[in-house]
Amino acid sequence: MRENKKSFLIINRKAPYGSSAARDALDVALTFSVFEQPLSLLFMDDAVLQLLPNHQANTIGQKNLSANLAMLEMYDIDQLYVCRQALSERGIRPDQISLNITLLDTHAIAALIKQQDQVLSF
Amino acid sequence: MTTLHVINKTPSESSALRDSLIAMSDGDALLLIENGVYATLPAYSEHFSRLTANVQCYLLTDDAQARGLNDLNQDFCGIDYDGFVELSCRYSKVVSWF
Amino acid sequence: MIFSIVVTGAPYSSQASASALQFSRSVLKLGHSIHRVFFYADGVHSGSALASPPQDESNIPAEWSELARQHQLDLVVCIAAAVRRGILDENEARRYEKKGHNLAADFTLSGLGQLVEAGILSDRVVTFGA
Repeated sequence: MRENKKSFLIINRKAPYGSSAARDALDVALTFSVFEQPLSLLFMDDAVLQLLPNHQANTIGQKNLSANLAMLEMYDIDQLYVCRQALSERGIRPDQISLNITLLDTHAIAALIKQQDQVLSF
Repeated sequence: MTTLHVINKTPSESSALRDSLIAMSDGDALLLIENGVYATLPAYSEHFSRLTANVQCYLLTDDAQARGLNDLNQDFCGIDYDGFVELSCRYSKVVSWF
Repeated sequence: MIFSIVVTGAPYSSQASASALQFSRSVLKLGHSIHRVFFYADGVHSGSALASPPQDESNIPAEWSELARQHQLDLVVCIAAAVRRGILDENEARRYEKKGHNLAADFTLSGLGQLVEAGILSDRVVTFGA
């Protein structure tokens, strides 16, 4: 395998549980940590709903996504970016989110994407 | 690094187009495929009003013709799958929005 | 240029797999190479040997198999996504004590590491989603 590192970004845009997208993206993110590649996660659109607290996913027979999101930091995935506009459109305050996130305005989102080598979308 | 943004949904069925426009930088390109080609209908033109002239707009003619969109919107350059591949090479990465 | 293709939409339910097929054919026709095609999420259904569309419709799994044979493509189906959705190869059928297996010829089941590795080793990754 080539030695040089590439920068990767995973873009999340879907709400949790109703589709497998959030879970799929998280599984890919955790796999990246094994390869020790620089990885950032961006939450846009309905994906910011993944960040709301107090999930009890067992009521619908699913695994708790927020518990797994909280694990990201343990895997050294700490570049978590959140679209400020998507939060405010949904009436979510940043202090409702327990993860260590960086809020981005729209121009900063464009800049983040511009600097990546590869982008995967979910 | 430049990006080819590929959108495959109509402006009403998902926020893919809207989000891609947020994420676009000068020098990027936009390609509409699958249901994304419906965004070339005149009714949706305001979605593209914020775009600068530095963003090239393309549509996949295979998908447009399949949907009976034969009078191509002149703001979009029609390409086939070979053109899609060439654009993927010309820009430094491809980001899909769906 | 080295491409990898990611398919996350199910065939027939979405256009994703059919679009990815046409894109892949053009990639190869223009003299580029495809390091891997990775089927993830509902995209795993592209690897079902049991898909039986009417004769006047395209058989998407069969078309992938044929393209793979012509160009020695590496068609990888995400094992975790596939097994959940009932796409099994012989080994997995044995492991889960199922009577049959249905992974189409020229596809292999493997882990998400194959997606990450494809991202690292390819010049371009193009995702076809639904």
